[in-house]
Amino acid sequence: MPELSTLVAQVFTGLVLGMIYVLLAIGLSLIFGLMTVVNFAHGALYMLGAYFGVFLLTYTKSFWIALIVAPLMVGVVGLLIERFLIRRLYGRSPDDALLLTFGLSLILVEGVKVFWGKIGLTLDPPRALAGAVDLGFMTFPAYRLFLVAVIAAVLIALYFFLGRTNIGLIIRAGSRDPLMVRALGIDLGRVWLVVFGIGTALAGLAGILAGPMRGAYAEMGVTMVIESFVVVVVGGMGSLLGAVVAGLLIGQVVGLTTLFVPKLAEIMVFLVMAVVLLVRPSGLFGEAGLME
Amino acid sequence: MDRRSFLATTAAGAAALSFPTVLRAQSKDPLRIGFPLPLTGPFGALAADQQRGATLAMDELNAKGGVLGRKVEVLFRDDQLKPAVGAQRTKELIENDKVQFVVGGLAAHVQMAINEQTKKSKVLFISVSQSDEISAKPDTSPLTFHEALNPTITSRAVGNWIAQNLGKKWWIIYADYAWGKQNNAVLTDTLAKQGGTLLGSTPYPLGSAEFSAHLPKIQAAKPEVLVSMTPGADNIAFLKQINSFGMKKQMKIAQPLVWLPQLKEGGGELYGDVYGGTSFYWEIEDTIPSAKKYVDTYRKKHNAPPGDYGAYAFSGVMEIARGCELAKSTDSEAVAAALRKSPVYDHYKGKQWWRACDNKSFQDLWITRGREPGKVKGEWGFVDVVAKIPANEELDRTCKEKGHA
Amino acid sequence: MSILRGVAIRIGAHPVLDFWVFFAVFPFILPNRTMATQVLIFGLLAMGFNLLYGYTGLLSFGHAAYYGLGAYGCGIALAKLHVGSLWLGLAAGLGLAGLGGLVIGFFCLRRRGIYFAMLTLAFAQLLYFIAFHLADWTGGDDGLRGIPQLTLGLGPWQYSIETTLAFYYFAYVLVGLAVGALKRILDSPFGAVLRAIRENTSRAVACGYDVNRVKHLSFVFSACFAGLAGSLDTLRLTVVPVESLYWTTSGQTVMMTLLGGAGTFFGPFVGAATFLVLEERLSRVLEAWPIVIGAIFSAFVLFLPKGIWGTLTGGIYGRQSA
Repeated sequence: MPELSTLVAQVFTGLVLGMIYVLLAIGLSLIFGLMTVVNFAHGALYMLGAYFGVFLLTYTKSFWIALIVAPLMVGVVGLLIERFLIRRLYGRSPDDALLLTFGLSLILVEGVKVFWGKIGLTLDPPRALAGAVDLGFMTFPAYRLFLVAVIAAVLIALYFFLGRTNIGLIIRAGSRDPLMVRALGIDLGRVWLVVFGIGTALAGLAGILAGPMRGAYAEMGVTMVIESFVVVVVGGMGSLLGAVVAGLLIGQVVGLTTLFVPKLAEIMVFLVMAVVLLVRPSGLFGEAGLME
Repeated sequence: MDRRSFLATTAAGAAALSFPTVLRAQSKDPLRIGFPLPLTGPFGALAADQQRGATLAMDELNAKGGVLGRKVEVLFRDDQLKPAVGAQRTKELIENDKVQFVVGGLAAHVQMAINEQTKKSKVLFISVSQSDEISAKPDTSPLTFHEALNPTITSRAVGNWIAQNLGKKWWIIYADYAWGKQNNAVLTDTLAKQGGTLLGSTPYPLGSAEFSAHLPKIQAAKPEVLVSMTPGADNIAFLKQINSFGMKKQMKIAQPLVWLPQLKEGGGELYGDVYGGTSFYWEIEDTIPSAKKYVDTYRKKHNAPPGDYGAYAFSGVMEIARGCELAKSTDSEAVAAALRKSPVYDHYKGKQWWRACDNKSFQDLWITRGREPGKVKGEWGFVDVVAKIPANEELDRTCKEKGHA
Repeated sequence: MSILRGVAIRIGAHPVLDFWVFFAVFPFILPNRTMATQVLIFGLLAMGFNLLYGYTGLLSFGHAAYYGLGAYGCGIALAKLHVGSLWLGLAAGLGLAGLGGLVIGFFCLRRRGIYFAMLTLAFAQLLYFIAFHLADWTGGDDGLRGIPQLTLGLGPWQYSIETTLAFYYFAYVLVGLAVGALKRILDSPFGAVLRAIRENTSRAVACGYDVNRVKHLSFVFSACFAGLAGSLDTLRLTVVPVESLYWTTSGQTVMMTLLGGAGTFFGPFVGAATFLVLEERLSRVLEAWPIVIGAIFSAFVLFLPKGIWGTLTGGIYGRQSA
């Protein structure tokens, strides 16, 4: 049995990991809920966020500029993907979008190696966040506290955006009943574009935030995308609250199994999903019958 | 483009791609060496170094008129770091490209799959990356040679040195897969023989580089040395997290291996004051003539110094050539016998030799210490060489322990 | 083009016979003979996947599981249990894969659509990590080695299948039998129900079919085909890499089937051949070849969703855009 401080430290590590899952899963879930598109390229866009971050940091020397601009750049890539590729697939089986984005992820992962080389790149946090903070009972890296705060802020902003603005209203309505929204004369195509842009930008943000802890390398998104899918499925496809709860849950599950039984750490994610799906078929917060 | 013209273009493209073999088969009869390596996948940078090293050997041999009067041709194939692909490419190299020898592989599991095919086809294979099993029974064969170091040698050599120079109270952290587990076992054993204390040993899942939960516990245990087996991208994440906990000031950090591409990625910031083992670091050129020659040629061509895996590849190809010249033949059995008969060679870092029982290459290795930021020399001078561990058969398991009666 | 299509349609009329004829000479048309067996094996794997995706409408992202179970079943029987007979090895592989399909199918089929795809993926990854850590039986990440090269025993006679061509014809017979079995399945009333499920599940339910049982049976058949492919690959390479169970194997199977044409009889073989030849040729000339493969695959999803064979046969067996 590990000591209490180790346990607390691991719970916090799980929180950090969970927050990154949340960010990725919310993007996936938004895109899925509105467009019924399963974006397999999400992991590659997460990786792209980290690479854009390194690129911007090199040229602007400012982590803060990189933190804001890199996700926007990823969002633009997302917009292009939606406008010129995915848009052609509407009306076809949802499997097709999954397959297309699977192909795109192959292109992106190999593409960054052509541009940035085969060696991974490091991304340094700003000096102010480089050290560790003494919390009294334990020390903790300042950057991780910062990461949790940033993601929490983004989630709150997203909550108000979706809950309190007109476009947020349309997005929510569109995922409930697209036909009705269209009948009211709203151009859903533009909403889709915006949602895809936001969803992918969130993946980019997750990437640049994870960069200073893990570095940037081409394969960094490969397992993340599968795990984020698991989070979305556990939370319930299309449910944002579900993505948050499931993301934090999976973060803790991974964190604690890593501590107690490292051999099971990779398996637990899938076990949790299998159990949740069998007990509560539409996920923790999902609506029954959606996307079956 | 409509569907039909798209199809037609695709078909034409496919046809164009299949021409080169037909043409190549017409040329004279060179000495062909097959070289599977993971050009794509997470070890791409190390594979690129391998390819450069092997190409350099090929060019050097051809500049001298080839081997037995025949031109040397090294055929590189991407194994994608997947054993099944490595096996398939090896079969193709042997059956279609008619290579006489195979050198290559960059991970234990891919080597094993390659070795299965070369054994069946009775083709000499020189493995050029780390593995304990490749030179032990039942995997090995009289035609399987192992040029690289292995976990046992590396961890015994580095472990002894750490215990004698950095301290005898250790904590070990390792990735939970074959390479990590083997090193952990050897290090634990080595430390016990040195009379040291192992305060703790932490496995973590390979590729999920989250160490921060373990770090406070390790800090509290106050080891003198933290030994880490965290390969690839995990190594960068590990050192970043060590840094953010300020642990470098509290204990020495050591690892059985450091790799040049990672040194480049992490720089002095991450690798400063980190101790590691290596089979080759380019700055040994200052004292070793053959290293000087190798590094110079490599730099001239690639404008960057060579790494350890490129050097293994270089040496592997050179050994094939030496064996052919000795045997006056390109027959695998004859070449293998010739190499065992005249086992001593020096292609890039001083004297090496093949042990007769298991075709294992014995060679020097070095202990390095990372230079602090600001002390890094030029673009690639990341470490100081602090010790040389001379080649010694006692560092490996004995012939008997490896199943060779 | 219309000639090609005519030929393709005619081939569609007697698929099993055509399989026997075409693959009898296949190694001699391919630029690279060693690849012929690989095409058969991966074609068989894709064929198994296609039964589920193309004919039943269930997208499995976890066919690595049954391929890997087949490979390990055969490998463990030969290397660890020393059964000493190639047939027993194949039977072990087929049995383990079929059992895996039975159990995993039972769980996955409780969900539909994307959830189904995710569950199949999850179970496959689960098996991967189990095999990774169960090194005493599976060899862990170093792969399972020590698989003996056995001769083919037919009654009192023993044949060596060590050469590439001999092994090819051994695999050719087995895969040919599997192709014949698939044809029988599809032509049976059971096959008709499968297609009914693909086109309109609720209607099939309304017609009184026990849809879940039919799907489950289709899942098990599909797993058996994949398992046979895995067992054959074990005999061919005499090593079982743990990556056999990894999700990239599943992804590659999906790509092959889609390239060739999902829901078409020969699509999986056409796709396997196209993919493997492209991969081998491209990786020689271009280091960043996965970009090209990814682009070709994406282009097929966008512009040629029926795949090569489906486009040629004009959708006779083609999956309607449903």
